[in-house]
Amino acid sequence: MRPATSTVESLTLQIDGKDISCRSGETILQVARDNNIDIPTLCFLEGLTVWGGCRLCMVEIAGSPKLHAACATTCAEGMVVSTASPRLKEYRKMIVEMLFAERNHVCAVCVSNGHCELQNMAVKLEIDHVRFPYRFPHLEVDNSHDAMRLDQNRCILCVRCVRVCGEIEGAHTKDVKGRGVLAAIIHDLDQPWGESETCTACGKCVNVCPTGALTHRGTAVGEMTKKAQFLPYLTLMREAKS
Amino acid sequence: MTSSTTRPTVATVWLDGCSGCHMSLMDLDERLITLAGLVDILHSPVVDPKEFPQSVDLTLVEGAVSSEEDLHKARTIRAHSKYVIAMGDCAVTGNVPAMRNYWDRSELFDRAYVENAQEPASPEERKALLPLVVVPPLRPHATPLHEVIKVDVFLPGCPPPADAIWFVLTELLAGRVPNAMSVSRFGK
Repeated sequence: MRPATSTVESLTLQIDGKDISCRSGETILQVARDNNIDIPTLCFLEGLTVWGGCRLCMVEIAGSPKLHAACATTCAEGMVVSTASPRLKEYRKMIVEMLFAERNHVCAVCVSNGHCELQNMAVKLEIDHVRFPYRFPHLEVDNSHDAMRLDQNRCILCVRCVRVCGEIEGAHTKDVKGRGVLAAIIHDLDQPWGESETCTACGKCVNVCPTGALTHRGTAVGEMTKKAQFLPYLTLMREAKS
Repeated sequence: MTSSTTRPTVATVWLDGCSGCHMSLMDLDERLITLAGLVDILHSPVVDPKEFPQSVDLTLVEGAVSSEEDLHKARTIRAHSKYVIAMGDCAVTGNVPAMRNYWDRSELFDRAYVENAQEPASPEERKALLPLVVVPPLRPHATPLHEVIKVDVFLPGCPPPADAIWFVLTELLAGRVPNAMSVSRFGK
């Protein structure tokens, strides 16, 4: 997120009591991570446009009554940011608990068991149970593609797949239909993935998916590991080219 | 088993689960002998008494609450236990038993006892054999334990590793409330 112009100025701000300097245009999330301050995220992925959907990276900024998404808020001179107050920790727990309650995340029988960002987030935030009643919706598994599978039960709608498909692969096969709890990932005009004429079968969506929603076919419980490392590299190479 | 008034009492209960959590409990191996020296196990699938005791200090519950009988047991456990520990993912999240919740019960019965059954030959006869009497009725949803009773300690895992069960038990016996997420996780 470096500004295109050469008017890069240096800013100082405070994050969790620590005085930090950064360049103008950098986001709170970037600066915090550069300084070993961990702000949890699920929808953010380096190399994709900022989405600000999961709300896990919400932080408090002194003087502002509302919370701000660290991934989508640029730093300002003199800003005083708090990333881990009891209130923020409680909200983060609630958000992840609601993700678990909204669909069917049955870790024990999931192909991504042990390699799942949602599962790891529960450990990180010390979520040992979900306080909201589970919805247990009846959701579909799209098995129509030769190589890949979409399991709506495990989807948290981070839309990393939609972004990587449109922004990096340039296919824009994937998109979102519906609103609220009825929102769902679709292919082309909501047709079976295997019948999509735009999908190039590149598999980028599978590798950026944080959960077991997008997987390779033929994987058994715990066998699905993802490799999202290609993304910053690809983005960097493209920036260098342009 | 001799009962002394000073020793803490423990019960373990098996609701709608696969018994894997109890297997994991058995995997304490030689620590079971240590445990037998620390507590009195009053009630469990692995000991004789069938009725839940009047008063227990720690009750470990495996399994989701699926039937009316499970619900009755859960309420008895709560009324008679000082600490209730939801042991394993079925008790904590519903897990695999709750995967039936995506369908209506009549669809489930049809699938299991009519569609996928071969005997007797006619579907009508098969339908007449649905297990709707004698066995406890299924509740509309299999639910986590804490949706029907108050749970004091949550121990996720499918199953929770023996070390995690040991950690939770010894912490509770030492008078501390354990953080099970330091030793287990959903699906472990």
